[in-house]
Amino acid sequence: MARIVSEKTIQATKNKESRKNYIKKNFVLYLFLVPAVVLVFIFNYIPMYGVTIAFKDFSPIKGIMGSEWIGFDHFINFLQSPNFQQIFMNTIKLSAFELLIGFPIPIILALMLNQLRRAKVKKNVQLIIYAPYFLSTVVISGMLFIFLSPAGPINEFLTLFMDEPVAFMTDPAYFRSVFIASSVWQVAGFSSIIYVAALSNVDPQLHDAATIDGASLLQRIIHIDLQVLKPTIAVLFILAIGGIMGVGFEKAYLLQTDMNLPASEIIDTYVYKRGLQAGDWSFGAAVGLFNSVISLLLLVIANTVVKKLNGETLY
Amino acid sequence: MKSKIDLVNNSKTDRMLLLINKIILILIVLIITAPLLYVLFGSFLSPNVLLTKGISLNPDDWTLDGYIRIFEDGSIVRGFLNSIMYAGGFSIVSVLFSILAGYALSVDNLAGKKLFMLFFIVTMFFNGGMIPTYLLIKELGMINTPWAIILPGAVSVWNIILSRTYFKGLPNELKEAARIDGASDLKIFLKIILPLSKPIIFVLALYAFIGQWNSYFNAMIYLEDQSLYPLQLVLREILIQNEVQPGMIADQLARAEIQKIAEMIKYSSIVVSSLPLLIMYPFFQKYFEKGVMVGSLK
Repeated sequence: MARIVSEKTIQATKNKESRKNYIKKNFVLYLFLVPAVVLVFIFNYIPMYGVTIAFKDFSPIKGIMGSEWIGFDHFINFLQSPNFQQIFMNTIKLSAFELLIGFPIPIILALMLNQLRRAKVKKNVQLIIYAPYFLSTVVISGMLFIFLSPAGPINEFLTLFMDEPVAFMTDPAYFRSVFIASSVWQVAGFSSIIYVAALSNVDPQLHDAATIDGASLLQRIIHIDLQVLKPTIAVLFILAIGGIMGVGFEKAYLLQTDMNLPASEIIDTYVYKRGLQAGDWSFGAAVGLFNSVISLLLLVIANTVVKKLNGETLY
Repeated sequence: MKSKIDLVNNSKTDRMLLLINKIILILIVLIITAPLLYVLFGSFLSPNVLLTKGISLNPDDWTLDGYIRIFEDGSIVRGFLNSIMYAGGFSIVSVLFSILAGYALSVDNLAGKKLFMLFFIVTMFFNGGMIPTYLLIKELGMINTPWAIILPGAVSVWNIILSRTYFKGLPNELKEAARIDGASDLKIFLKIILPLSKPIIFVLALYAFIGQWNSYFNAMIYLEDQSLYPLQLVLREILIQNEVQPGMIADQLARAEIQKIAEMIKYSSIVVSSLPLLIMYPFFQKYFEKGVMVGSLK
């Protein structure tokens, strides 16, 4: 009995010893993790706690801890407010249309670029279509105001055929088209990089073999190139769905004019105005939380659906 | 990449398709370049010429007035310098901390690795949002300081995962050999890993720098003093809010004249602010491509 006990203690001390040794040996690695952990804790985790003000009647004087709990009042207020439906639908429509139009274009573009035989031509075309990606949101929005203003070059052209200039920047009817078209103009080229890279892994012999068997160009694109892109498309699609509710907030805010608000007010701009500008902290936090919960749900749903269809998953 | 076989065997429709493909691509190139060239030419034309004649190639119509006014006023130059500071600081913090963490998490069998990964990954799926983050920054006393721009968001989980993937791809034998020779973890990292990591460091720094350089939102909510404004906030005043910086029109009194000059200044400030990145990115093209390759490895 005594022997067993002593053996156990020896084992335990040995374990302890080795654990100590282990930590000591890997001390530097843990040290490497410290700055990232500290910053993520401060700037990501503390605001997650701070989001509790969505359920409180927050006043800056009382602080987060001292403010009173009021439950779901802010959420109910938001859901019942007269502009809820409009803001919610604006957000959904803007993101859904952008995804619907903006997601497939880089794929098509990559398939088209892939058909360019001369490597140098291909590289130069790529270089040119990447350019707008490097312009800032402010510059893109500024250019839109210049080009689409009633006296701007586009309207100058259009008034050759029409009596009145088109109020692109003030008529709510045009907001989504302007927003999405300019996004496509700016990022479609750069977004095609990843697909072009994936396509460069296609074995040319596959195409040769298919051609000998009589496959047409379109058949080869559909049955070879698109198949190679499938996993990349799946992963990027899940990510795009997860980001749908946060889409283009910086640009939407810049393109807002008093006149186009019925189409341009989206959840994030509303949070900014109500929460930060008007100082309605709790209400703003509640609307923001509402938005993140929907994003999270969409991400999980997209991941499950794609997994079922394709076997690819994000996590 | 393509061999000769499919050139020979292309059917008539295929060749037709390839021709259409080329035409569409040429159109795309035109659609991309036309607005950029319009702004570039517009920046050299006096507002009267642009309004009446449109883009004019006659050298008599050209002027540097817009650029002179920008440099005389100085707010764009100051914004430029501020942006270099913010984007530079942000990139350094971001890259340094991300690769340190990414390296630690790439080491096999590090105890607690899964827990750390979970700690980071949670933030990809959920965040506190704008208001709680703003209240935190305020609580920390960072409002109206460069720290509010440089620190939040610098450590991105995405960067940690990218660098971890990169380190995992490095041959393990190198580390093992060094360890047998008695090298410590720190030494292995500094002497063996870091020299091999230039591509990933460069890629992460490039994306961090460009992202920060082109953003305005955090600066808009956290900075109050105009002297701290980054370039994009100065541009926002000029381009979106139609505010003319006083130093740019000091010599003008008539409102109509000021309005015209303001239009010209828009063109030249777009050029001044966008040109550096547009000139530099072609040199980094292969790194952008490398960046997505690392990312696609998962």
